[in-house]
Amino acid sequence: MLEFDRVSVGYKDLTVIHDVSFRVGEGEVVSLVGSNGAGKSTILRAIAGLLTPSRGEIRLRGQAIHRTPAYEIVKRRVAMVPEGRQLFGRLSVWDNLQMGAYTLRSKREIAESLKEVLALFPILEDRRDQRAETLSGGEQQQLAIARGLMSRPELLLLDEPSLGIMPKLVTEIFRTIREISKKGITVLLVEQNVFEALEVADRAYVLQTGRIVLEGPGAELQRSDLVRHAYLGSSGLAEAAGEEARP
Amino acid sequence: MSEQLIQQFINGLLIGCVYALIAIGLTLIWGVMNIVNFAHGDFLMLSMYISFWSYTLWGIDPVLAIPICAVLLFALGLLVYKFAVSKVMNGPMLAQVVVTFGVSIFIANAAVLVWTPDFRLIDKPLLAGTWNFGSVQVSIPKLVASAGSVLVTGALLLFLNRTRTGKAILATEMNRDSALLMGVNTDRVNALSFGIGAGLVGVAGAFLSMYYYIYPQVGGMFGTISFCIVALGGFGSISGAFIAGLLVGLVQTLGGYFFDPAYKYAIVFGLYLVIVWIRPQGLRGW
Repeated sequence: MLEFDRVSVGYKDLTVIHDVSFRVGEGEVVSLVGSNGAGKSTILRAIAGLLTPSRGEIRLRGQAIHRTPAYEIVKRRVAMVPEGRQLFGRLSVWDNLQMGAYTLRSKREIAESLKEVLALFPILEDRRDQRAETLSGGEQQQLAIARGLMSRPELLLLDEPSLGIMPKLVTEIFRTIREISKKGITVLLVEQNVFEALEVADRAYVLQTGRIVLEGPGAELQRSDLVRHAYLGSSGLAEAAGEEARP
Repeated sequence: MSEQLIQQFINGLLIGCVYALIAIGLTLIWGVMNIVNFAHGDFLMLSMYISFWSYTLWGIDPVLAIPICAVLLFALGLLVYKFAVSKVMNGPMLAQVVVTFGVSIFIANAAVLVWTPDFRLIDKPLLAGTWNFGSVQVSIPKLVASAGSVLVTGALLLFLNRTRTGKAILATEMNRDSALLMGVNTDRVNALSFGIGAGLVGVAGAFLSMYYYIYPQVGGMFGTISFCIVALGGFGSISGAFIAGLLVGLVQTLGGYFFDPAYKYAIVFGLYLVIVWIRPQGLRGW
């Protein structure tokens, strides 16, 4: 579905992602894991059209989209749930959801979308008239994902959905990601919560300082020395990277 | 004594409503684009001249010229955005300041060149005279202008809060990247907001032309006062601008009444400095 082909991208003069390639297949859940500053969010912003690569190509169903503006990308059934939720704080929950469906023209389609997201996040129905900024962190994250789903995406980009959420709710968020995947939506997930991200993923890529250093099925990566050393905080990262990195 | 005070209070509210309408156009542009439109007062002056010439050349009364002024100023706003402001949107703040300042100087000087610095007045507008309540007099054109300003403000709020496009403008104002991710063409929203901001000041210009002198520098003081109102109300806040507009109108007339009319603007800007000192975000900002 998505090919990220030898892409370099960054901010003004600073290149954050260097010559990175990966792919996401139809219906897969793919996780991009790595520490803070590794460039995971930059990749999602480039796919969503918020950043333009300096080199390489991003293809969606075979069509290049790396020069397509963000407001057009969403019409191609790609939705992004940005890090930190980025809700429209002074708008109501309902208006946030309606904004999520901005590209949908038919009222029937919007009503169907609403029905589906409310089935996933019933709490939002009770909060419909509340300003988004007054929700709790967990509720805001649910609203952010729901808003992303309102456009009926085929590819959902999730940027750090567990960030700033109570541990009890993190499990809930990952359960929701599984449910979204069961609906046939392809998910590209960026996470610092590495073990949860690998648990939910069909495949995953490990990113370090703007380069992919490891890839494979989620379960396999959970057992890898690099991941265990790097993300359990033990020493030996360089060693492990030397053994397992696939340039 | 007390009737004079009531008279000044009413005068303050009447001019305050028009100030509010002018400032709301400015605050909308700021809220969406983070740009101060220094040409805002000159847009007002152009609108007053459009109304004046519509009356002088074709006998169109200022009341009927309101939609003409609104549409022409909306179009002017779109053009200024497309050919000047949009070019520096991603540039440094100073470039944005210089662009709208340049547009302001160009319009003001072109007006002197084309229309001369003479003061003009629409001599027999449809709406004239006063309503008398005892010794308190209410100017009919001023009353219509302020009631019209309140109506237009209400219509704007309805548009922003109830329509798909209006919500896209609010969403862009709150979070530009998120609006883009929802599929909103934010460049188009910028152009629309600049156009609406100019259209609003166009309506205010038509109202003012019913009773105010028209000359090339007329926009200067209105522009400066509207910057003050936007800052007082809180940058980007429409309700804040409305409240601050009324407040400035009242302070101006009551200040003139209690002290000396010569000091009315000094008192307004004094109030501005005090509020910035106590509450830098303005009444409803940040």
